[in-house]
Amino acid sequence: MKILCVCGMGFGSSLMLKMTADKVIKKKGLKATVEATDIGTAGSTPVDLILTNNEFASQLKGGKSEVRAVVNVASEEEVEKAINDFLESQ
Amino acid sequence: MSEVQLTSDLIQWKDGAADWEEAIRVSAAPLLQQGNIAESYIDAMVENIRTLGPYILIAPNVALPHARPEMGVSEAGIALTVFNEDVAFPAGHDNKTQTARIFICLAAVDSDSHLSLLQGISQWIDNSELLNRLLEASSKDEVKDLINQYS
Repeated sequence: MKILCVCGMGFGSSLMLKMTADKVIKKKGLKATVEATDIGTAGSTPVDLILTNNEFASQLKGGKSEVRAVVNVASEEEVEKAINDFLESQ
Repeated sequence: MSEVQLTSDLIQWKDGAADWEEAIRVSAAPLLQQGNIAESYIDAMVENIRTLGPYILIAPNVALPHARPEMGVSEAGIALTVFNEDVAFPAGHDNKTQTARIFICLAAVDSDSHLSLLQGISQWIDNSELLNRLLEASSKDEVKDLINQYS
């Protein structure tokens, strides 16, 4: 599956979120690619799951990709919960 | 965490700020003083929030003010400021006002070189004990000691 981490600039919190997501994916043994990008281009790239903050989650919801909000971008626990939640919804 | 060079000059403890814009300017001041960034970078950080909403909140109570490198960064660096009082950000899409007290102002020169900085910041904000103790700190020295202790 394809995961996209989204923040305002595409190189701050989205990269931190990507680092956390990469750790979770490795831990869970999932086959997934994780990319980071900015809010301007996020909508145009269809992916399986978008991970982002509350602010951008509400802007991105309703598009082609599933969206989950994460409050603490460094929390493996929170990111794992978001990914589990997404997997269960499929 | 040797990648993050956080010298005493780059750590601040402040009572509060009049508004989020002042808080961003205060949090960036040490980097401006040391010549890491230009005024234009600070303006860009403020403008980004006006345009995109409070997207710099990366954890409860933690803000990561930053803008694109080409907006005026000459040397990568971070500055840490703990405000004693909540700094409120404009409500975003969800109409909820969010606040922060720990400001980590980030200046990056390119995407690769600042990965280690972000890794360092990740380690901090994933440490709830450190965050709680930073929120309880009441002086610059206390903040400095905590960072040394947990780095």
